[in-house]
Amino acid sequence: MPHGRSTVKNRVENTMKTVLMISALSSVAIVFLIGFFTLKESIPAFRGIGPLNMLTEKVWRPGQDSYGILAMIAGSGLVTLGSVLIGVPLALGCAVFLAEVAPKWMAEIVRPSVELLAGIPSVVYGLFGMVVLVPLVRGIEVPGNTGFGLLSASVVLAVMILPTIASVAESALRSVPRSYYNGSLALGATRWETIWRVNIPAARSGILSAVVLGLGRALGETIAMIMVIGNSVIMPKALTGNPLSIFLSRARTLTGNIAVEISYATGVHESALFATGVVLFLLIMIVNTSARGLLKASIEGGRRK
Amino acid sequence: MKKAFVSLLVLAALSLATEVTIAGSTTVQPLAETLGEAFEASHSGVTITVSGGGSSVGVKSAAEGTVNIGMASREIKASEIAEYPTMVVHTIARDGIAIVAHPECTVTGLSMDQVRGIFDGSISNWSQVGGASMPITVVAREEGSGTRAAFEEIVMGEALITDMAILQPSNGAVRTTINTTPGTVGFLGFGYIDSSIKAFAVGGSTPTATHVNDGSYPVVRPLNLVTMGQPSGAVAQFIDFVLSAEGQAIVAEDYIPVR
Repeated sequence: MPHGRSTVKNRVENTMKTVLMISALSSVAIVFLIGFFTLKESIPAFRGIGPLNMLTEKVWRPGQDSYGILAMIAGSGLVTLGSVLIGVPLALGCAVFLAEVAPKWMAEIVRPSVELLAGIPSVVYGLFGMVVLVPLVRGIEVPGNTGFGLLSASVVLAVMILPTIASVAESALRSVPRSYYNGSLALGATRWETIWRVNIPAARSGILSAVVLGLGRALGETIAMIMVIGNSVIMPKALTGNPLSIFLSRARTLTGNIAVEISYATGVHESALFATGVVLFLLIMIVNTSARGLLKASIEGGRRK
Repeated sequence: MKKAFVSLLVLAALSLATEVTIAGSTTVQPLAETLGEAFEASHSGVTITVSGGGSSVGVKSAAEGTVNIGMASREIKASEIAEYPTMVVHTIARDGIAIVAHPECTVTGLSMDQVRGIFDGSISNWSQVGGASMPITVVAREEGSGTRAAFEEIVMGEALITDMAILQPSNGAVRTTINTTPGTVGFLGFGYIDSSIKAFAVGGSTPTATHVNDGSYPVVRPLNLVTMGQPSGAVAQFIDFVLSAEGQAIVAEDYIPVR
């Protein structure tokens, strides 16, 4: 019965199509549901306090009805900046080594180890930071430095975003056609010149998306940050004349603000925490959108050349 | 037919069972759960349902009648008593709050004024309270924690805990932070005192259950149950059970009993 068999086939085909579509649509629906719910819960805070007040006020004292999140925006921004400054060069070095330099046997040992970093639970990073890194950072003799603060948090975060950036950047570098490399060497360029001037520029859109993925992870990281950053609601400021000492200052991140306080929050306080979530949501959306724009620009720029 | 009869029987049994609902402080919650289990074991037909929410939620829920009993790990505020004048407070246990520091701290005791000064930031070096010259780092619980609320109410009064404080979201994290960071000071419930940190005498009185009972240790919070009006029926039975010798023996496992 060829006819009957093809009907069965079609039915399976159609069912699979529907199942796949439902799974795709459900993830879209979940994003919208979470976004809608967060926004809805934050409305009382935005109404009562005013969005502009929240964004520009530095003092967060729910007991005194002060709900400013500027200090937390600064904290999240600075710790992300710090982790990118430390983590990106490290991750790119790692990616270039794995893609271009390492002998095969060595890459086969290094790559899984780097990937293993991504599998360590965030609370373990936090614990490591709290008992190992914080005491080390405390060794920097600056008045007011307790070890808890942006530097410890940035280092922990740098290690956490390293595997993401390294593996995406490595595959970007690997996808550069071998002929570019060979051609450059044939023209008399050294191996290093080829990597620096040919392979990395050719892979830049992939490298950029790697960095942005890392950035997104950094902005969203919570538990490990709570454990090492000190969670004080203060605008981070330099402890000495050296502006770099700002990284020894304690801070609180947007994610940390929610996680630290949600368990007991009620009323406006709770709503203000949801509002913090909305701001975080927007921040990550801005990062992702601008990254996509950058990526597009860099691809088009590459084509024009 | 048989099925319908069985489900009818189940329904009848369920409606016969009395449920006592309790909500509020997450500090009191585990204690109330243990007490509830012990109570259920000796009083068949009564189920005790305990949920959290925090002290303020506990007081409000009891006042509005959404639960039979509210839990609060602090004094009931004057404003709450004014709002709900028929509320009855049953103190079931006491918990001391210890002022603790890094184990190498050379100071052994503080006055209440000194504790307040340290936590509001006006005393910033250990040498100002008789210790070695070293900056003081305050470690505190997050806004909304019952331990913090009780500490603020008993010690701080109108003063605020300094912005510079390191905030940790649990008692365990506070203890680890203090243990690993020289110069730190913080506050913890008596249950969390161990050899990894140093607990100060306050106002000349060391933080022990004996000193809580004789009234000499000043930083003590009550654990309260609240009801609207005098309790009756199963609710009264449960509260009587908590205050009985058997109930207070359970309380004594983690807190200081009141009887």
